Amino acid sequence: MSRRTLRGLLALPALGVLGAILAWGASGLAPFGHFHGFYGQLLNAIALPQRHTTNTVTAIVFDYRGLDTMGEELILFAAVVGVVLLLREAGHPTQQDIARDRVHSEALRYFGVAGAALVVLVGVWLVAFGLVTPGGGFQGGVTIASGVVVLFLTAGYRSWRRLASEHALDPLEATGAAAYITLGLATLIAGAPFLHNFLGPGKTGTLFSGGSMSLLNWAVALEVAAANLVLYTEFLQQYVVSLVPDTGEE
Amino acid sequence: MHYLPYGVAAWIFCVGIYGAIVSRNLIHLAMCLAVTQSSTYILLLTIGYRKHGTAPVFKGFENRTRGVDPVVQALTLTDIVVSVTVIALILALALDAHRAAGTVDPDELVGLHG
Repeated sequence: MSRRTLRGLLALPALGVLGAILAWGASGLAPFGHFHGFYGQLLNAIALPQRHTTNTVTAIVFDYRGLDTMGEELILFAAVVGVVLLLREAGHPTQQDIARDRVHSEALRYFGVAGAALVVLVGVWLVAFGLVTPGGGFQGGVTIASGVVVLFLTAGYRSWRRLASEHALDPLEATGAAAYITLGLATLIAGAPFLHNFLGPGKTGTLFSGGSMSLLNWAVALEVAAANLVLYTEFLQQYVVSLVPDTGEE
Repeated sequence: MHYLPYGVAAWIFCVGIYGAIVSRNLIHLAMCLAVTQSSTYILLLTIGYRKHGTAPVFKGFENRTRGVDPVVQALTLTDIVVSVTVIALILALALDAHRAAGTVDPDELVGLHG
């Protein structure tokens, strides 16, 4: 029996069970457009008067289900720690693995730097107005990290690698993760519920709407941006050797 | 048309699973998992949609009763974060496997090396 047949035979029972469970689950679904989730409708109705946030999704992420978001942030944190453990131990690549990343076009370099600045600016805007218009800490953080990747791709990782130095990123990522938990614990110590919105709702439609939600928002943005940059640079370092000679273990 | 978006989600799920089963490359396998997981984004957003609904972002809207379900959208956000972490870990493991065994074909990664 060939490997291919064996693989198919092994997959069949698992796929059968999975298919049965999925079919059973799908049979209870409401027709498209006719979902009546009470919780969601309730939150749509009360998030604006209660928390002065016009973006209900962000209000759920950072207030109504703020505890879940802490878990979500820690999942990302743990995964980045795992990747760093796997890749940083391995050390630098050998000479034949080195990719060429020198950028010879001046035009590409200039437009790349301008484009990267624009992407980072959009990211900061997504974070800042995350409680008002579509956006938030996760989306903005990823966008900020993407801006730096644009810079690496167009202007060369070698020239800009100091921007994503692990000595700066690791503490930043930890700060973002710790700030979220600290804010929660601080409210607990003060006698209020965990992650209680202690700054009040603020003024609707402004940067100061949502109260302490915006603090959590910025903490997550910091954590996500730093975490993504750590991931990107860990993978980049496998292929682009540093100009600095290897000075020993980290 | 009532069930078409569910069908799209199911189709993407099946394509991803098929790819994962026949995959001969760990990096390809990571991409197949990403495709499989993206079907859950569509499923979640489809479930939360309401006919003639608006986004659950009410800047400039007076009427908040027509917003689609915001809870599943927040769940989708979590889903994407989990997807990113899983892909990152699989790719790191693939790099490690390539370094240790010189291949990313799971069929050739059968031997144990102490």
